[in-house]
Amino acid sequence: MLLLDSEDRSRGVPAMAPWRGIVARCSLAVSFLLAALAASASCRADSILSPAGPVAAGDRIILLDAVFIMLAIVVPTMLVTVAFAWWYRASNMRATYRPDWTYSGRLELLVWSIPTLVIFFLGGVIWIGSHRLDPFEPLSSAKPLEIEVVALDWKWLFIYPEQNVASINRLVVPVGRPLHFRITSASVFNAFFVPRLGSQIYAMNGMTSQLNLQADEPGQYLGLSAHFSGDGFSDMHFAAIAEPQAQFARWVAQARAHGPALDDAAYRGLLRQSVPAAPYTYRSVEQGLFDAVAMQKLPPGEGPNPHQIAPHAIPQATP
Amino acid sequence: MSAPSTALRTGRDPYHMGHGPAADVPEYTGHGAGGPSPKRIVVGYGFWIFILSDVILFSCFFATYTVLIDARAGGPGPQQLFDLHNTAIETACLLLSSFTCGMTSLAVARHNLLWTEITLAVTGLLGLTFIGLEVHEFLGLMAQGAGPTRSAFLTSFFALVGCHGVHVTCGLLWLGTMMAQFPAKGFKESILHRYLCFSLFWHALDIIWIGIFTVVYLIGTITP
Amino acid sequence: MTLLGKLDWSAIPFNQPIPLVAAAVVLIVVLGGLIWVAAKGWIPYLWNEWITSVDHKRIGIMYCLLGLVMLLRGFIDAIMMRGQQALAFHSAGYLPASHFDQIFSAHGTIMIFFVAMPFVIGLMNVIVPLQLGVRDVAFPTLNSVSFWLTAAGALLVNLSLVVGEFAHTGWLPYPPLSELRYSPGVGVDYYCWALQISGAGTLMTGINFVTTILKLRAPGMHYTRMPMFCWTALASNLLIVAAFPVLTATLAMLLLDRYVGFHFFTNTGGGNSMMFMNLIWAWGHPEVYILVLPAFGIYSEVVSTFSNKPLFGYRSMIYATMAICIISFMVWLHHFFTMGAGADVNSIFGIASMIIAVPTGVKIFNWLFTMYGGSVRFHTPMLWTIGFMVTFTIGGMTGVLLAVPPADFQLHNSVFLVAHFHNVIIGAVLFGAFAGYVYWFPKAFGFTLDERLGKWAFWLWLIGFWVAWAPGYVVGLEGMTRRLQHYDVAEWRPWLIVAEVGVFIILLGIIAQIAQIVVSVRTREQRRDVTGDPWDGRNLEWATSSPPPPFNFAVLPDVTDQEPYWDMKERAREIGQLTRPEPQYEPILMPRNSPTGFVTAFLAVATGFALIWHIWWLVLLGLAGAYATFVVFAWRDHDEELIPVEEVARLDRANRAARSAALQHRQLRRESVE
Repeated sequence: MLLLDSEDRSRGVPAMAPWRGIVARCSLAVSFLLAALAASASCRADSILSPAGPVAAGDRIILLDAVFIMLAIVVPTMLVTVAFAWWYRASNMRATYRPDWTYSGRLELLVWSIPTLVIFFLGGVIWIGSHRLDPFEPLSSAKPLEIEVVALDWKWLFIYPEQNVASINRLVVPVGRPLHFRITSASVFNAFFVPRLGSQIYAMNGMTSQLNLQADEPGQYLGLSAHFSGDGFSDMHFAAIAEPQAQFARWVAQARAHGPALDDAAYRGLLRQSVPAAPYTYRSVEQGLFDAVAMQKLPPGEGPNPHQIAPHAIPQATP
Repeated sequence: MSAPSTALRTGRDPYHMGHGPAADVPEYTGHGAGGPSPKRIVVGYGFWIFILSDVILFSCFFATYTVLIDARAGGPGPQQLFDLHNTAIETACLLLSSFTCGMTSLAVARHNLLWTEITLAVTGLLGLTFIGLEVHEFLGLMAQGAGPTRSAFLTSFFALVGCHGVHVTCGLLWLGTMMAQFPAKGFKESILHRYLCFSLFWHALDIIWIGIFTVVYLIGTITP
Repeated sequence: MTLLGKLDWSAIPFNQPIPLVAAAVVLIVVLGGLIWVAAKGWIPYLWNEWITSVDHKRIGIMYCLLGLVMLLRGFIDAIMMRGQQALAFHSAGYLPASHFDQIFSAHGTIMIFFVAMPFVIGLMNVIVPLQLGVRDVAFPTLNSVSFWLTAAGALLVNLSLVVGEFAHTGWLPYPPLSELRYSPGVGVDYYCWALQISGAGTLMTGINFVTTILKLRAPGMHYTRMPMFCWTALASNLLIVAAFPVLTATLAMLLLDRYVGFHFFTNTGGGNSMMFMNLIWAWGHPEVYILVLPAFGIYSEVVSTFSNKPLFGYRSMIYATMAICIISFMVWLHHFFTMGAGADVNSIFGIASMIIAVPTGVKIFNWLFTMYGGSVRFHTPMLWTIGFMVTFTIGGMTGVLLAVPPADFQLHNSVFLVAHFHNVIIGAVLFGAFAGYVYWFPKAFGFTLDERLGKWAFWLWLIGFWVAWAPGYVVGLEGMTRRLQHYDVAEWRPWLIVAEVGVFIILLGIIAQIAQIVVSVRTREQRRDVTGDPWDGRNLEWATSSPPPPFNFAVLPDVTDQEPYWDMKERAREIGQLTRPEPQYEPILMPRNSPTGFVTAFLAVATGFALIWHIWWLVLLGLAGAYATFVVFAWRDHDEELIPVEEVARLDRANRAARSAALQHRQLRRESVE
């Protein structure tokens, strides 16, 4: 199979090693098995393999391309491992024992060049993919919807600066329109992640990350923090709702009409560690709040209350 | 096999693992053919590796310093704080102490106890002066409200320079111990090895100081 | 300020039954063990022969023992975590968040620092000097200090179970979460001081082994004749020397932030928490290779011994090892592509990460071709090796996948990532450690381990691993992030239940391993390794008796070949007698045992504990004690012991006789066959 060495051949490789055909067939079988596993994952609700937007679709193509490129050598390698070990078992009298066969220049060239070529190929995929799917790059020339995201302990604040409303733990976006997120954190690291929409990015105090996404299908998607942020981390998930433009406008109007205003005092309340009982909205937002958070002009999240009596209970917050 | 095998076959065992080679066996450096190196080389080599790892430790503090140099949080920067005059004296002390440390090496090589002790004492005094000046500088900065908690820049400054200071202090402790060991133990082989390590350590601290002097004080005060 | 700093009764978790009961059980077991040992009158033996021992073999055994004991602790954490995630669908499960967070932090910390590291370092300790054909490591007492400092760190981590708490921050305490503002408890302090202490020990090990391998080798052992395990140990220790200072510096910065209000990584004062990520991974990524390279070395030894063939492409393997060693320092950024460094930076680090797959792939192929044309014996170490090769190729593939930035944008911090690193750390490091453990056990103890139970353990581990972690890949693709204490997504649940089943299959594997030890010890007389060469080995560790005498070799071997012992055996088989005539024995000087390591560790525990609880007088006392210990050590005159010539001759003659007999037996058998 891989033994191209004339020297080897002259010393007698077993004429027709029976594992050759088996390896090829098993390779196919295992590839299908893995593909089936991936497919079973992909039909699930929150799978990153069932994209609901162009970014997730782009990520998925790169992911699957990389997997299949690698499977082309991984699966044969696995099978050959088992096949070699079995065929050359000590009790197999048909296998030729060649204790002096310890070096072959051509084979060395081959074993260095196969992975190298694969990595060359994948390197190209990486380079193109990283540039095409750079989270900071706008998706199209269309004017995106601006959304500002602040990760708090332990809730997400979404500010819609153009609409002048804000929402806690519920992200509502119009379908088919590019979304431009500016993301920061009021306290510790978090990562803003809606698996079915695509790439995640860190929310960091004192920094503004950017992310461009778009939802092409209406629906409700799971959104979560992908970076551990303390004892309330598991509750830091949110619903990302993509709806048609008209419904989105209705939601904005509704938000404007109800709820408290997000002013300095309300924001300071958010700095306390808590988990909201239910999502809610703010009818207005103080101008420049996001920038004040990102530029560290406002104090960071408070952290645990030193006087809290039961340290294991996470307080629930209400608007 | 040539020399070592002959030595083995004639019944001597030069590889006491860490003992000096027998009189007629040349010192091998461990590059294969000769068998294990003698203890002097092993000790020096091991300590050299330690110094390299220490340099890496310092490089982390250098890196954080260069990252945080502009993170002043509204506080003062290098131009307002650093006094090159003080630093020049510190540098002179340390460089001079490296010179006297070199003299100690000469005295130790001659097994001259008096000169060993004198030069060690001078080295120690110069080191102490250095530490005294550094503490003085630190206290002065803190008195101006420019302590390490003022800003990230000052944090990284105090950590980098302080880390060196802690090393010098440990060096002084070591130096004092060596000053007691020479008269108590004489110029035994193990003491000579230890002194070799000490001098490597002391010179290495000097080199690191040159880095600090350049990166922190010179560049800090020169750039506008 | 009180005499005991921050420490008071509230530090004991009286209101939490699980840690309290666990701690009580551990305490009873430890105390019971101590009383039993004392009642048997074994304390002098333990003190003289083990605790104060500076013999690399004994220290290595203690390292491995520490690793195995801590494996049990870390594994209990794993069962609890998997149990929580299997239960906590639409409910709170049985572990409150603060407890769950401590468990996964402790699990990661323990498994990396106090299981994988001690196990790998222990095997290096036992074997490297033997393979190099020398009598000990370069600095035997320092070696003992290294071990005891590692043990001190492990003790502190376990102490946090009873007194106070452990970090809630994950196994790497990313600020700002680990800063005082968000983690005011002692958990992060326990983490930092435990790692600073054990890290110092590890750094000393690194220095010790680099010096040993580069400067102490048997005559004739050129670089290109060093066994592969020594090469990988060299690479691993070079990485330790270069990487561990970074960990020390980083944790020192975090401690300065926490203790004296510095602003390295804080949200205030201009601190930069992204710097922590860069620094910690500048250590953390090489750390992965510190663990896995020695495992690769073990596989190289095992695959060649049990294929009855020299390692295929030996020089190529050396290049691959050193290439991995160097490139591993250039890839740290792939741990945070999602920080938003930009496409150019991300692609460069992504490609650099993939380049490591090239030498790794070369290694796999070379092991394959070692089996090709071999005569493969399926002893337990070989099973672990084949299991590794199959498992690791998948782990390597998912690793390369995570190095593709756009894929990582979706998989980062997901359970897919967790599955990946368990795939490589269990599949490569732990399997390698187990292979080495079974392979070299007879060398260390003089009898082989039970093969039947060993094979059971292997299959249970292999199957258990896949049942536990294949679901991890699936839920990761389904968007599940790591470290969730509870969740509401129905699709994840069945997979998490399967994973819990997998953990129990692994538990059966561990039980099989414990049974293996018990059975083997009981039947040790039948399974004695008389010749010192139970597997028909190829390198010098098999050239001495099992267990080796304190001085390893009565006369240092002359190395004339890449496989010195195989070469010796071949020649002996040709001439029908041992190659070397009985040498003229000489008394041998060996380093004397020293309690320095143990005392240092005792003081380190006291100082670390005092620092954690702000008991400043004890800190000063501990530091003064450490200085006093150094001075006492430096002052001793009598630091070596002479092993009398009769003893040397007796031990060596016995081994020579056994080997001669085995040779004659073999000769006779061959003649009868012919």
